[in-house]
Amino acid sequence: MLTALLVLTLLAVTFGLLLGFAAIRFKVEEDPIVDQIDRLLPQTQCGQCGFPGCRPYAEAIARGEADINQCPPGGEAVIQALADLLGRDPKPLNEEHGQHKEKMVAVIDEQVCIGCTLCIQACPVDAILGAAKQMHTVIADECTGCELCIPPCPVDCIHMVPVKKTLADWVWPYPEEEEERAGTPPAREAAP
Amino acid sequence: MNGCPAWSFPGGLVLDGHKAESTREPVAAAPVPPVLVLPLQQHIGNPAVPVVEVGQRVARGQMLARADEYVSAPVHAPSSGTVAAIEERPVPHPSGLAAPCIVIETDGEDRPHPDCRPVPDYEALDPSALRNIIREAGIVGLGGAGFPTFIKLNPGPDHAVDTLILNGAECEPWITCDDMLMRERPREIIEGLKIMRHALRARRCLIGVEDNKPEAIAALEGALEADERETIRVCPVPTRYPAGGEKQLILALTGKAVPSQRLPVEVGIVCHNVGTAAAVYRAIHRGEPLVSRLVTVTGPAMERPRNLEVRVGTPVSDLLALAGARTTDITELIMGGPMMGFELASDAVPVIKTTNCILGLDHDPHRQAAPVRPCIRCGECARVCPAKLLPQELYWFARARDMDKVQDFHLFDCIECGCCAYVCPSHIPLVQYYRFAKTRIWAQEKERRKADLARRRHEFRLQRLEREKHEKEERQRRKKELLKKARGGDEAAKQAAIQAALERVKTRREQQHAQARNVEPQTEAQRRALAEAEERRRRLAGDSDGGDDDAV
Repeated sequence: MLTALLVLTLLAVTFGLLLGFAAIRFKVEEDPIVDQIDRLLPQTQCGQCGFPGCRPYAEAIARGEADINQCPPGGEAVIQALADLLGRDPKPLNEEHGQHKEKMVAVIDEQVCIGCTLCIQACPVDAILGAAKQMHTVIADECTGCELCIPPCPVDCIHMVPVKKTLADWVWPYPEEEEERAGTPPAREAAP
Repeated sequence: MNGCPAWSFPGGLVLDGHKAESTREPVAAAPVPPVLVLPLQQHIGNPAVPVVEVGQRVARGQMLARADEYVSAPVHAPSSGTVAAIEERPVPHPSGLAAPCIVIETDGEDRPHPDCRPVPDYEALDPSALRNIIREAGIVGLGGAGFPTFIKLNPGPDHAVDTLILNGAECEPWITCDDMLMRERPREIIEGLKIMRHALRARRCLIGVEDNKPEAIAALEGALEADERETIRVCPVPTRYPAGGEKQLILALTGKAVPSQRLPVEVGIVCHNVGTAAAVYRAIHRGEPLVSRLVTVTGPAMERPRNLEVRVGTPVSDLLALAGARTTDITELIMGGPMMGFELASDAVPVIKTTNCILGLDHDPHRQAAPVRPCIRCGECARVCPAKLLPQELYWFARARDMDKVQDFHLFDCIECGCCAYVCPSHIPLVQYYRFAKTRIWAQEKERRKADLARRRHEFRLQRLEREKHEKEERQRRKKELLKKARGGDEAAKQAAIQAALERVKTRREQQHAQARNVEPQTEAQRRALAEAEERRRRLAGDSDGGDDDAV
């Protein structure tokens, strides 16, 4: 009886220690959910979601204070990805926060710019180059198209233009349209 | 042929070759057009960077744009003339988009550039110098992909190349430019092969040719000299599409399967197109950069299908005229072959380095676009897939836009040969889905990288603002403290502070006096005058110090 008790206690202690050791030694750094959400967001930092940047929005989603459909630049794709990550049902984009638009980039009309630096202070990713009373310009590669530089400009010299399509980022069209077209013979072939 | 290894690759199709149409007459040189349009990107990698200016006169073979990065290739002038413009023009690409091009108005003289000189003794050069010459000659893979050749001639320190394979399979229907090259210029190919072998230090060389080209095989055999037969072998491979796929040809000739998403060099094999070998020969033995190539102009819509030696940059419409195209009959104008080529939006685009064929299809009732029906899970696509993939699974996931799953099923091992779509009884455009998925994944990857950059920049900005705020607070705090001290301190402390400030001024002044200037060459008189002046100044300084003390 005593032996059995002793043995069992000893085993319990040994395994307890072993588990305790393993829990510390082999601890897996779990990717916090905020980081995972943040990684899915487009990083436009535009604030259209109602939060001052993508990270605060990610934190709000993680706390359950914000819905997943408040990011217009991300659009359907981001909503779908967030729904997959969080195990929620995807829902249409909340129009209150804006509409999904094609990717734009800011351009400063350098003839009109007075060099007030207000846009430089507004840019969330430091994509505008310039100094007081010097002409400003946008580094197109760094611009996220957030439009935050437009309201502060006193002379309205910043415009949003669509990002130019190049061969390098061209995507083959999804064949669904082709399928529909194939369903009804093209006009060219239908003509006698 | 005796002693030729014979394995086989999985899947594939026996297709109607349509090779006879365009091999009836010998290769003719197409005339140099009045205007040449040279896209800056005719290869895989970074676009070339122009080194000429508008209005500059250029000679044939002169470099127009240099390679910008490692994976890039320069562009040369295909004929002499004047640079008319550097601007965006439509380029041969499935998107139909415009891209930067150099436009040359030719002068008809076709004057060669004096720097285009042959390399006298390439065997004396070390592989790296040889690769550099090939790089500077703008040579890229002429089989279709256009990967810079010099990179494929650099196995790196970790790999030894055992076998160099020349790809003369040319498996796609209608295309015959490699066939004609092998028939008419076998010696150029073999000389080029020997240069490549020297650069790679390869042990043996195989030239793989589909057995539906007996003339080409005979021509290569005949051109081999006795001492070359030891190490260079011409190997017929059974005619089955896509025998000309790089991994398929390697498997058929050596029995070695190149692992998924790896390069052939990792199994000790390098594979080049026969046209590329001929281009290397021309660069080394004739000093000519890659400015022309053979192009097959064929198809049911051509009166006179043929092969032409074309200067890069020649408009496709010129070639159609030379082949007697019934332009009104052409319903589909394809660059490349019927299986892997892409439709051209217009015939105004130029021929580029990778253009092997211009195929004009006319209206054919048998080839009517059949309606797409749902997949019936027949599995034919998997049976013909030469890459041993599961096209049906890839189709489901690409259709559902599940970009992770589609990669789990090895989307990037797909060579887009089109066999699956060809046999599909439901006429599903399978390859279209794979192309969509591939380009979508690349675009997503690019977007993700951009988002990461934006995140880093935003975080950095927040950090900077935080730091600036702290610094400002710190400054204000210090100022306030000083003020407080000054106000709150007793009279003695105040006096002490003033005294300390005065001391500082005094020591500084003394230091200034101590620093004598212009001491170099001085006459006795000058030195005396200086000493007097110094004395006077010291006196004055002593007086003013005393005055200050009085003031306090």
